[in-house]
Amino acid sequence: MSAVNIVDILKNLGESSGFASVHWQQIVMLVVACGLLFLGIAKKFEPLLLVGIAFGMLITNIPGLTGDNALFHSEMWFSNGGQINYGEVLLHGGLLDVLYIGVKTGLYPCLIFIGVGAMTDFGPMLANPKSLILGAAAQLGIYMALILAIVFGFSGNIAASVAIIGGADGPTAIFVTKTLAPEKLGAIAIAAYSYMALIPLIQPPIMRALTSKKERMIKMDQLRTVSKAEKIIFPIAVTIITCILLPSVAPLLGCLMFGNLLKECGVTERLSDTAQNALMNIVTLFLGISVGATAVYSSFLTFDTLKIIGLGLLAFCFSTAGGVLMGKLMCWITKGKINPLIGAAGVSAVPMAARVAHNEGKKWNPDNYLLMHAMGPNVAGVIGSAVAAGFLLALF
Amino acid sequence: MAFILAKTVETKTFALSEGFLYALIGFCLVLVVLAVLMGFIYLLSYIVRKVEGKGKKQSAPATASAPELAPGSSGSVKLNNVDDRTAAMVMAIVADELKTPLNELKFISIKEINEEEK
Repeated sequence: MSAVNIVDILKNLGESSGFASVHWQQIVMLVVACGLLFLGIAKKFEPLLLVGIAFGMLITNIPGLTGDNALFHSEMWFSNGGQINYGEVLLHGGLLDVLYIGVKTGLYPCLIFIGVGAMTDFGPMLANPKSLILGAAAQLGIYMALILAIVFGFSGNIAASVAIIGGADGPTAIFVTKTLAPEKLGAIAIAAYSYMALIPLIQPPIMRALTSKKERMIKMDQLRTVSKAEKIIFPIAVTIITCILLPSVAPLLGCLMFGNLLKECGVTERLSDTAQNALMNIVTLFLGISVGATAVYSSFLTFDTLKIIGLGLLAFCFSTAGGVLMGKLMCWITKGKINPLIGAAGVSAVPMAARVAHNEGKKWNPDNYLLMHAMGPNVAGVIGSAVAAGFLLALF
Repeated sequence: MAFILAKTVETKTFALSEGFLYALIGFCLVLVVLAVLMGFIYLLSYIVRKVEGKGKKQSAPATASAPELAPGSSGSVKLNNVDDRTAAMVMAIVADELKTPLNELKFISIKEINEEEK
């Protein structure tokens, strides 16, 4: 082999490597992705999803991964006036393009909701139905964020997608955003999951600011035992009632209730076990990495992303405040029988928000066990955010 | 390639007044739907308790033959450096180990023994 050939080979290798086509924005994205990986792995911030999202973000922004080498082609999804050629995706798409079909069609969020339903015990909510009102009030942040997003100049579609971060429910946020503002999916998913992980830091100062020491010390009566019949009838009836009232909520709430029925009916243990474990793990894997892949530097590194992250935080704060203020109102109406702290658990993030309410109550009264009382608004929040998502989707 | 999904969602721009209106309607809608569910749960638990109450009354003679618990109290117990919760656990464990109902046992005192006292 002549010396000229070796030089040519080295030259070609150099030209085809990522170093020849690196953009400074890609370097920034790699740093951001590594930062998120650090938060997920070292700080354990929602690691099951954040690690996947961060890795998807990392792999989609590596310089030189273009054309046939690329795992994700954003131009297949976010150009052509929103028309998607699935034949093209299957023929020429990368691995993450194929996986992203599950996000785009709403498959993954719905499958995750089956798993969430199979893991959720609606018993505390059935024992204390008033907790549904707390779960509804804690959706305040969604609507406050909707108004603020419009003030900040976002279109209605993006404003609705940003607003749903206030529901503190990752799959719901992804389900709404993949339909209304798919180009912002990466930023919104990252904001939603990051803030869910930060709930123990975000909520307590708001809870303390809005309640008195006397209110925080309130001990609540023990919850009644809920019969098996109630637990079985509940998911069936909720599906019928809510889907008649608001048909657009059917994919999310229908799947949530289906999963819960598998758990409660007592004759489908194997299916319930699969939904809670194997299915949930597989879908979480696909969802995380494919959502992360949408965070391409050209669409992610914009001022809009900063606005989305800021508005997401405000949405969380307003949702917490809405739940606590409704808790205060119910405390006043019931003459001190309800501890307003459990209202904060109305943001769905199950069971993190309930645990935060319990720990906060325990700080002020060590004999206070609020966990089961807080689980009521917590699971009610899941239904509330699904209803809110259905309403936002129905607007378009 | 004919396998195409057309975009069905159009981009809409809201005026601030529209945004307020949608936010208000949306929040009220969530409250109403969850209030309807709350009403339904109250109704459901009322019906289920009625039905189960009836069922229990009808099956009452069958349960009457179940062994009765030993009557009476086992008196009071003196606690030395032990809280109520720990004392209850100790008594429950002893009863379980002896396979004897708790109210047939008499505990005189429960005392925590420190390493130094040994």
